[in-house]
Amino acid sequence: MSFTFLMQNLVNALQWGSFYALIALGYSMVYSILMLFNFAHGDIFMVGAYIGLGVATLLLALVGTGAGAMLPGWVVLVFTILISMFLTAFVGLIVERVGYRPLREAPRASAAITGLMIGIILETSNIILMGGQRVKFPQLIESVTYNIGGVFVTNMKIMIVLVSLGLMLALHLFVTRSKWGMAMRAMAFDYVVVPLVGVPLNTIAAMTFAIGSALAAAAGILFGLAYPVLDPFMGVSLGWKAFVAAILGGRGSIMGACLAGFMLGFIEIMTVPAIQIVNRLFNLNLGSNLRDLIAYSIVLLILIFRPHGLFGEPYSAKLRL
Amino acid sequence: MMLTIKNLYVDYGKIRALHGIDLEIEEGEIITIIGANGAGKSTTLRAISRMIPVGPETRMTFMGQDLLKFAPDKVVSRLGISHVPEGRRLFGNLTVMENLKLACFARKDTQQIQKDIKRVFSIFPRLEERSTQKAGTLSGGEQQMLAIGRAFMSGRKIMLLDEPSMGLAPLLMVSVFDALKEINREGTTILLVEQNARLALQFAQRGYVLENGHLALSGKSEDLLADPEVKKAYLGG
Ligand SMILES: Nc1ncnc2c1ncn2[C@@H]1O[C@H](COP(=O)(O)OP(=O)(O)OP(=O)(O)O)[C@@H](O)[C@H]1O
Ligand SMILES: [Mg+2]
Repeated sequence: MSFTFLMQNLVNALQWGSFYALIALGYSMVYSILMLFNFAHGDIFMVGAYIGLGVATLLLALVGTGAGAMLPGWVVLVFTILISMFLTAFVGLIVERVGYRPLREAPRASAAITGLMIGIILETSNIILMGGQRVKFPQLIESVTYNIGGVFVTNMKIMIVLVSLGLMLALHLFVTRSKWGMAMRAMAFDYVVVPLVGVPLNTIAAMTFAIGSALAAAAGILFGLAYPVLDPFMGVSLGWKAFVAAILGGRGSIMGACLAGFMLGFIEIMTVPAIQIVNRLFNLNLGSNLRDLIAYSIVLLILIFRPHGLFGEPYSAKLRL
Repeated sequence: MMLTIKNLYVDYGKIRALHGIDLEIEEGEIITIIGANGAGKSTTLRAISRMIPVGPETRMTFMGQDLLKFAPDKVVSRLGISHVPEGRRLFGNLTVMENLKLACFARKDTQQIQKDIKRVFSIFPRLEERSTQKAGTLSGGEQQMLAIGRAFMSGRKIMLLDEPSMGLAPLLMVSVFDALKEINREGTTILLVEQNARLALQFAQRGYVLENGHLALSGKSEDLLADPEVKKAYLGG
């Protein structure tokens, strides 16, 4: 296996991991403050991608395309991402308000199935609204491929990884520097006491859902740019895998979710060349469709040795006042 | 009356913890609630802070306003009722300074906040030395100081304190109670819950005695200290 081959896969893994990491953040943030997993999150990613599609289409119709466009494609892209993140944040707010807040004191299992049901509602609403067929995501920027010492990198891949890292950095700064982020961290430690010091718990919870959903929308648009076909169930497989990343990172750990997202992308992408090498060495004929089987067996192994994930706390007690 | 409580009922599931308590606090007073383990002292404080639901017959008014109309965080930020909970319950993953600042989440008076933080540090100089330390790594005594400091930052009309003497060495206990006296002199009403009845009654002007969720006795501290029943049950004979 040559160095360029390895680098090529690494580049692909970075892009693939970006999607996982951005989505995993939403699971992790909500878990850290409310101790529940929002199983509708994968479908919020899907909704975000479709909102992105709508916004992009609208913006393109306004500014025009091709040589006569009033604005360059990257400007349209920036606005598409920002507007869609903003709009999808509201989807998160509604999901929290309608689906989760009334069940705050309910058994955890009820909240878990709420997420699953909201997911089904979002998927079927999409089918009803969009007719159920796959739709194409517009190509907003002209694709350029760079050959860096035999490694092929598109401007799209660079953009996707940079935007993802930028969003993660922004989230990190928000959580560590702002008073809202401080409230989130306090809530992650002991949410019962949060109102007791005058902090509106419901506002912080809603905000967390909104931020997670906005990040999922960004992931949805970036995904649409890389794989420009959307369908109503695109959030299911990706969503579950990002959930795996959130667990792998350590429940509730933001840094862990990012790293585990990239790690998962890396394991998945690298499994394919690994299969090829095994085939060549042992003269076998294993198909690359074994990818997920092998990749997730590795994840399982990691979890056996690190049951709390990479950055998880061994035990976190939420006391009642 | 600053705080008037009538018919306070609290149920934990099927278990009734408070069976109709009446309580009144005048502005500027230091009041204590004493009683044995499980008498319902902490429950009373939780009810005032709106952390737990109360019975339909319960009435609570604070400075002329219906307390039951306020959400728990607004009880603190709008009405100025702060609460030092049982077991301190600091945010251990936040620094000392962050714990103090979080308590000002809803406050907009930036300059006053700075002054108040200075005041907390002048009352408890130990906290200033440790302002960048994580609250979870403070000693028990320092944690109690921070819990009081945090309450001081969040609301100053009345402070509800749940067993602040717990786990403190006698010398530190004296300095914590001195600090509370000072906070009270500056205008904060104090409602103190204590296991240590003698200490509480020496500190407070009036006291209430809770027994199994019922109000058994109430009156001036001197009278309660001299009461033979109280002596027998709570002051060790
Ligand atoms: N979360 C809860 N669920 C069920 N019962 C509770 C709960 N909290 C308190 N109780 C019960 O309510 C009663 C009053 O409890 P409370 O905590 O108010 O007592 P307390 O007077 O503060 O006692 P202590 O001095 O031990 O702190 C007790 O019988 C207790 O078992
Ligand atoms: Mg108690």
